[in-house]
Amino acid sequence: MSIIAKDLNYTYGQGSPFETKALNSVSLEINDGEFVGLIGHTGSGKSTLIQHLNGLLHPTSGQVFVDGVDISEKGMNLKEIRRRVGLVFQYPEHQLFEETVYKDVAFGPKNIGIGSSEIDKTVKWAISEVGLDYDEVKDKSPFELSGGQRRRVAIAGVLSMRPEVMILDEPTAGLDPKGRDEILSEVNKLNKQEGITVILVSHSMEDVAKLADKLIVMNKGEIVMTGTPREVFENPKLLLSIGLGVPQVTLLFERLRERGWDVRSDILTVEEARDDILKRVGKRD
Amino acid sequence: MIRDITIGQYVPGDSVIHRLDPRTKILLTLIFIISLFIITKFSGYLIAAVFLFGTIYLSKVPIKYMFKGLKGVLVILLITVIINMFMTPGRVLWSFLFLKITYEGLRQAAFMALRLTFLIVGTSLLTLTTPPIVMTDGIEYFLQPFKRVGVPAHELAMMMTIALRFIPTLMDETDKIMKAQMARGADFESGNVLNRAKSMVPLLVPLFISAFRRADELAVAMEARCYRGGQGRTRLHKLEYERSDYIAFFFVCLMVGLIIWNRYWIW
Repeated sequence: MSIIAKDLNYTYGQGSPFETKALNSVSLEINDGEFVGLIGHTGSGKSTLIQHLNGLLHPTSGQVFVDGVDISEKGMNLKEIRRRVGLVFQYPEHQLFEETVYKDVAFGPKNIGIGSSEIDKTVKWAISEVGLDYDEVKDKSPFELSGGQRRRVAIAGVLSMRPEVMILDEPTAGLDPKGRDEILSEVNKLNKQEGITVILVSHSMEDVAKLADKLIVMNKGEIVMTGTPREVFENPKLLLSIGLGVPQVTLLFERLRERGWDVRSDILTVEEARDDILKRVGKRD
Repeated sequence: MIRDITIGQYVPGDSVIHRLDPRTKILLTLIFIISLFIITKFSGYLIAAVFLFGTIYLSKVPIKYMFKGLKGVLVILLITVIINMFMTPGRVLWSFLFLKITYEGLRQAAFMALRLTFLIVGTSLLTLTTPPIVMTDGIEYFLQPFKRVGVPAHELAMMMTIALRFIPTLMDETDKIMKAQMARGADFESGNVLNRAKSMVPLLVPLFISAFRRADELAVAMEARCYRGGQGRTRLHKLEYERSDYIAFFFVCLMVGLIIWNRYWIW
């Protein structure tokens, strides 16, 4: 399923003294099955943008097409759009409210009118997909779980609606490195094995470099760059000027080249770096 | 949606009125209100109007904000006018069955309407030009004398400050949780009363949890910085009267003087 945004503008508090322009003629295209990384400094408009993609916010001007259908048209079935385009907010564990994990994960499917036998199946699937043990957690209160587990439950709560696109707003914020790696690998699995289109909002250049097929870079409500991670990270100066960076290993390799080492200039991950160095020193794996 | 609601309706600015000491503004608003009740002639309102519109002009707050406050009490205003119009005995101008409008009634109704309008615009001017936090500083000052009879002035002011401080935070939080649940297909807008009340549960439970969490974190953070109540506490922004405060006092005294003069001696 594809998402196309055309010339989106969005202004908060229009007409009040607190008026701020959050999006400035943003256009983008996300294709079926892609893994897109959305990066930008705090306040660059990322969160505002993603809320347009499932109709939570309506653009001041501009259009959003989900699967070719203009979702800003009147009388749109927004529930169906929100089912197909799942959105996981930042710190999603703060939205949990039910007595048991099962009930909470079933909240979404119930709202969109899925039958009870189907709900059972989809809840089970969603909980195991985020790496939790269904039988162990299903009757627990979400508040008994650890922070990382709560976040998985919250992600499962969106996943259980069987979305075709998953948008995750900094799903790893505030997690320890292990929890972070696990969540990211689960997200990657959703994209690669289940074929779900993923839009990952992130502050970590390392994460998006490793996972995304395409990067969208935002600054002050505008898209300043789009392209593969390699294309985007080739331009560290621009990224640094808007308060972002490049993966540390990319920076390291640039420094090495400055000192006369003959290494590749487009290294993005530690694994690539390892392979390149091994090649240079003549060792085979 | 929820973001658009402004509480305390403060309009940021840097006018003479904005910069006045909050104590001055609270006290003078009070005097203004009392003086409205001294007025017995229409010409008295002319004096109050000149004063009020002069202040509005100085505050540089767009006039539409003043009358926004009136919208909320329009019904009360109308009821007052109607009751006064029909219930005051006197010279009958018009009658129908048991209803009759008297000359005195009309006069009284117009008086009441003017008085209420001035009252509301005057007090909105106070809240429109004073940030809520500064206002609590002023209120705390006026509560000081009641400390002796056991009113915890500082604590009350601190509670008010914190409550005001957290209104936008909780609004944002509400907005966020609402959206998060809407992203999961929740519907807050349709259905009958019972269904709507039920649909609030996914919003209220997380909101309460987060409010308690925030309160707890704030208490710990305050204690970590050695907060121990009002005793012996000094202030970062000390309230001090400046020249403009004295000028403001002068003008209000002038207005009150004129109003009293108007009541007893002229016209």
